[in-house]
Amino acid sequence: MSKTYKIEVDCANCANLVEDAAKKVEGVKDLSISFMTQKMKVTFEEGTDESAVMADVLKAAKKVESDFEIL
Amino acid sequence: MNKKQRNMLARIIIAVIMTVALQFIDITGWLRLSLYLVVYLIIGGDILKKALKGIVNGRVFDENFLMAVATVGAFALAIYEKSGDYLEAIAVMLFYQIGEFFQSYAVGKSRRNIAALMDIRPDYANIEQDGAIVKVDPDDVEVGEVIIVQPGEKIPIDGVVVSGESSLNTSALTGESLPREVRKDDEVISGSINLSGVLKIKTTKDFGDSTVSKILELVEDAASRKSKSENFIARFARIYTPAVCYGALALAILPALFLILFKGAAFDFATFETWVYRALVFLVISCPCALVVSIPLSFFAGIGGASREGVLVKGANIFETLSKVKTVVFDKTGTLTQGVFEVNAFHDGNDHDMHERKAQLLEYAAIAESSSSHPIGKSLQRAYGHKVDRNRIADLQEISGEGINAVIDGHPVAVGNEKLMRGLNIAPCHCHTAGTIVHIAIDNTYAGHIVLGDIVKPTAKEAITDLHRSGVGMTVMLTGDAKAVAEQTARELGIKQVYSQLLPADKVSHLETLLNGRKDDDKVAFVGDGINDAPVLSRADLGIAMGAVGSDAAIEAADVVLMDDDPRKIGKAIRISRKCLRIVWENIIMAIGIKGVCLILGIFGIVNMWLAIFADVGVMILAVLNAIRAMYVRKV
Repeated sequence: MSKTYKIEVDCANCANLVEDAAKKVEGVKDLSISFMTQKMKVTFEEGTDESAVMADVLKAAKKVESDFEIL
Repeated sequence: MNKKQRNMLARIIIAVIMTVALQFIDITGWLRLSLYLVVYLIIGGDILKKALKGIVNGRVFDENFLMAVATVGAFALAIYEKSGDYLEAIAVMLFYQIGEFFQSYAVGKSRRNIAALMDIRPDYANIEQDGAIVKVDPDDVEVGEVIIVQPGEKIPIDGVVVSGESSLNTSALTGESLPREVRKDDEVISGSINLSGVLKIKTTKDFGDSTVSKILELVEDAASRKSKSENFIARFARIYTPAVCYGALALAILPALFLILFKGAAFDFATFETWVYRALVFLVISCPCALVVSIPLSFFAGIGGASREGVLVKGANIFETLSKVKTVVFDKTGTLTQGVFEVNAFHDGNDHDMHERKAQLLEYAAIAESSSSHPIGKSLQRAYGHKVDRNRIADLQEISGEGINAVIDGHPVAVGNEKLMRGLNIAPCHCHTAGTIVHIAIDNTYAGHIVLGDIVKPTAKEAITDLHRSGVGMTVMLTGDAKAVAEQTARELGIKQVYSQLLPADKVSHLETLLNGRKDDDKVAFVGDGINDAPVLSRADLGIAMGAVGSDAAIEAADVVLMDDDPRKIGKAIRISRKCLRIVWENIIMAIGIKGVCLILGIFGIVNMWLAIFADVGVMILAVLNAIRAMYVRKV
């Protein structure tokens, strides 16, 4: 199960850092952030609660880059 | 410009005005310091905040940290020296922010431009309700509903024309600039622009399954597949920044310690001073932003430019493979040839050209094949060119893989291959002309055969020459066709190797032989029409599907999708990828090179902080401008 989210991230390096951090969130199987399209593609582990995982992802992302937003 | 950027611009302007004003006001001491600090906080407050946050979160070394240390350090030095020269710290922060602002603005702008190139999303569909035309969301249109497309509008959903005639501009999809004429019963694909007449179209797909949605999905996904060089830079930045910070720390301490211990210099701050300053300069120069931003931007620009030319590349990583292709393997039918057969010759039982009975032979063959959907049957019907009166035909019997037996006008007629003839105890004539042979027997006697040939695409020869010229050393053709046909086609086109009479599984094994025989870094690409060669497409280093608009299987299996069926696009795709890769490397070398030189000069105190910040921002601007060049590929 994978989903694409529109995001707002300011710089290419921040996108890389957020990607690294968010990948480690529990319930996330794979995650990739494209600075260019301002999109984040998240593949969830089987049987996880998406909205809960996404809340954690946002929290992890904010920790590295406070300007990061999921639209 | 978004809100954040406007905010930043305002801060930059205020800081510049205040800094300039401060140069004309003669104040000293604490007042001077605090005024400068106010300017500093206006321009660099967020950087300090981010740097602190980074430290709190255990992620110390980033560019915010570099800038914070460099500028706070410069302030501290100025205070210590009682020089009152706070301008340097302000200037560094100011230029850094101007650089960041420019980067965010330029990257954002080109990002939007490139995205607009690829944006073929239709906003609405017109349907007729109670005699009036109503605009609806394309998502709400059901399969089978009739939509109306006015001149100048985009076709929102794939379908078939029910009424109207027009010409369509498909350039957004295929890069082909010649308009395509359509009339009733023609299939049309979404994303094309209706140029001249009003069309009523019966949809055959949902919006989500329509060509335009598939293409958008593919292109948007492409940008998120990262290239090796992108990953390399991400890893590089992760090691590089801490390394530079430790380097700066070492630069601040070690030379001074050396002087104190071995040269008898006094152990006080005066000895350290020069080296601390040089360390700060070192930090300013070392910021890796130019690299980190320019590489994804180059790939994104390349992908955008390529898609405008009708070449869909599925990811930045594909660009790297594409640029290293040294062997191109072709499928024949539908790739190099049009997959449409034309009648080349009529021969009698002695393999001589026929003259008188030609028309009769073709007529019988066409009537016998009149209900066939096989490409050969269809080609015979087309060559015959008249409407077939089905009442003339009786007892039709199709033998799969052999041909057709039927009674036409009371005569028993057999149309098919040698096997069919032998089955009827009729000796077929062995034809020496290359091509697909259809034998015909009338009244149980051999009447002659028709030689059919697949038409080579007019641009195929040029495409092969072009590939050889752009450094693709080996071209190979794999085909299920007979040897004679295959070899003749290969000779005609200048293809170097040819393997014929292959079953689909043989194609995979031949490809594997090629894959095993190549050098490590040379890549093998397979080009097919994507209809029945999905296994080969996915086995090759790089699968290129051609003319694949509308074929989901091909889009799925291939790495590169050529939206029209012009084989010249293969060479073009390779050249686009090389241009993009060249730009990426230019940027890597330029950024690392200039920074490297400046770092060394910084160590020896030749570069001061002003030059350092110019080196940083300047390199970044150059890299971004260079990256945008990857978008312009029309004449590549």
